[in-house]
Amino acid sequence: MGILEVKNVNKRFGGLQALGDVNLSVEENSVHAIIGPNGAGKSTLLNCLIGKLIPDTGSVMFDGQSVLGRKPYEICQMGISRVFQTPEIFGELSVLENMMIPIFAKRDGAFRMHAIESSSNEKTIIEQAEHVLDSLNMADKRHMNSASMSRGDKRRLEIGMCLSQNPRLLLLDEPTAGMARADTNNTIDLLKQISDERDITIAIIEHDMHVVFSLAERITVLAQGTPLVEDTPDNIKGHPKVREAYLGESA
Amino acid sequence: MLGLNKKDFNLLLIVMALALLAPFLLNPFPSDSGLAQFNAGYPDLMQKFVIFGIFAIGFNILFGLTGYLSFGHAAFLGVGSYSCVWMFKLLGYNVLPGIMLSVVTSGIFAYLIGIVSLRRSGIYFSILTLAFAQMSFALAYSVLSNPKFNLTNGETGLQVYADDPQIFHSASAPDLPHLFGLSMRATEKLQIGAWEFQFNAGYYLCAIIMIAMFYLSIRIFRSPFGMMLRAIKSNNTRMNYTGLNARPYTLAAFVISGMYAGLAGGLLSAMDPLAGAERMQWTASGEVVLMTILGGAGTLIGPVLGSGLIKYFENIFSKINSTVLHNWFSFLPEGLEDLMVTLIYPFVGKGWHLTLGVMFMLIVIFLPGGLVEGGQRVKRLFKRRKSSDTDDEATQSTPAE
Repeated sequence: MGILEVKNVNKRFGGLQALGDVNLSVEENSVHAIIGPNGAGKSTLLNCLIGKLIPDTGSVMFDGQSVLGRKPYEICQMGISRVFQTPEIFGELSVLENMMIPIFAKRDGAFRMHAIESSSNEKTIIEQAEHVLDSLNMADKRHMNSASMSRGDKRRLEIGMCLSQNPRLLLLDEPTAGMARADTNNTIDLLKQISDERDITIAIIEHDMHVVFSLAERITVLAQGTPLVEDTPDNIKGHPKVREAYLGESA
Repeated sequence: MLGLNKKDFNLLLIVMALALLAPFLLNPFPSDSGLAQFNAGYPDLMQKFVIFGIFAIGFNILFGLTGYLSFGHAAFLGVGSYSCVWMFKLLGYNVLPGIMLSVVTSGIFAYLIGIVSLRRSGIYFSILTLAFAQMSFALAYSVLSNPKFNLTNGETGLQVYADDPQIFHSASAPDLPHLFGLSMRATEKLQIGAWEFQFNAGYYLCAIIMIAMFYLSIRIFRSPFGMMLRAIKSNNTRMNYTGLNARPYTLAAFVISGMYAGLAGGLLSAMDPLAGAERMQWTASGEVVLMTILGGAGTLIGPVLGSGLIKYFENIFSKINSTVLHNWFSFLPEGLEDLMVTLIYPFVGKGWHLTLGVMFMLIVIFLPGGLVEGGQRVKRLFKRRKSSDTDDEATQSTPAE
């Protein structure tokens, strides 16, 4: 049993079969990549995992519990964190505040009325936030407005915000899309470090094969809404079916 | 101090000074001079300054922090006003129960309207709140004032009549709104030279409540709750995927700001025991939006400044009529005098809205952060000049060769 079990998931948008009988099992504490050409259904699958879409049939179980029908914030509270294609951070807030909010959410749950206490008195929250920033080498940026940072730093911050909640599963949606090579390599190193140091499962959707092959332990190839093969990176590299899916039949 | 950092505490001190010294600050001109009509130190007007200040401070908790633009906040002002007058009618003229009931009823009202309106965001939220406010206006103006069930007294407005129960009314208490015997209209006058300063009991009650409400709003702004509200404004998607449920946060902000509006409405009735439906009209809702944006949405002191400015314009500019203008320009030759009066007349008196509109346009275009941003720019300008002075000295003291 993997920590994330997707069984017989189907999703239709009108006449388009976006996902057809998807079965996927993600092992605990592994790095699992989902790849596939454009329109293969990667994003649809991801949206089914985090509560944005509900599949027509099938089940999605996280650690033995169904995630279907739950709101995104409930799924996050279960221990699934999501990193977006374009970094989603609180742009108008400072870096430190960005980091404090997920820690508040972890401590106080989805809602707590703490309107009179002063945030600057929340010493343990601030300490934890600064600790995470330290580990990301962003301590010197903590009073900066987060919107004014580089894309690579925003991505680091977003990943840090997710990690500060100690999630059991981290979902990344093309985390290096549109990034410069240096930023991409930094992100790869950061993710490697995370999976080495923590008990965390990482599921990653990615276009960039360089990223996929330097990180993943298992790879699932999705084509036209169905999983084609699932194997280790070495076996995927030379797989004829994968070549066919990516390059067309003539290749 | 008081759980505030130094900067916020200084801000609180400034607002305290402004509010408590208002009778002096607003009366800078001797009462026999031509400029005396620009004095605003009258009890009626000063009460409006602070009451609408409370209204705008509350509105800013919703709009400034979460970015949800409510176009129906006047409904809560009206509900507060009616509640307070009902307490006068039933219990007697002590203002305390009235003010407390206005906060409670407007809170309940805000909760009910908020649950429905907050299902949508952006322009749809604004339209929903506007619709609710107009419905409340219609209810107050006609539906709830029929002979069988008269809750609002329709067009005439709700007021206290001699045959009302007023069960706690004692013969010794004044026949006007009072706080444990202290009449809200009680006014001390202080004559210094040509100046006359008025200290009104009602005004000081409102001012003290305003200071307390300002303090509360600082605490909310600086709390984790306030941080969450700013996070909602900044990025609602990240909020959801961080495990936070945005709905109860926005609802709480909506209810709090509704209660502020209700408190303001209650105080309006406590100063003048008459509540009319026009307080709920959409123009009143729009006014508080203007006040907040003019002063600086999302800033602490902005709404207070904005409400002061708009109420000043409404009451002082509107009093300038053509006779006053002719007096001002009487030193000019006759043709020129008439020309000046014709040019300026549309912008004063009944045309004060025009001046306000032009000013609003200029501020939104050139100072999107409102008056507060204007202040900050002036401050920065001075700082830069100072630092460039020191730069000059530095370059002078180190010769090039």
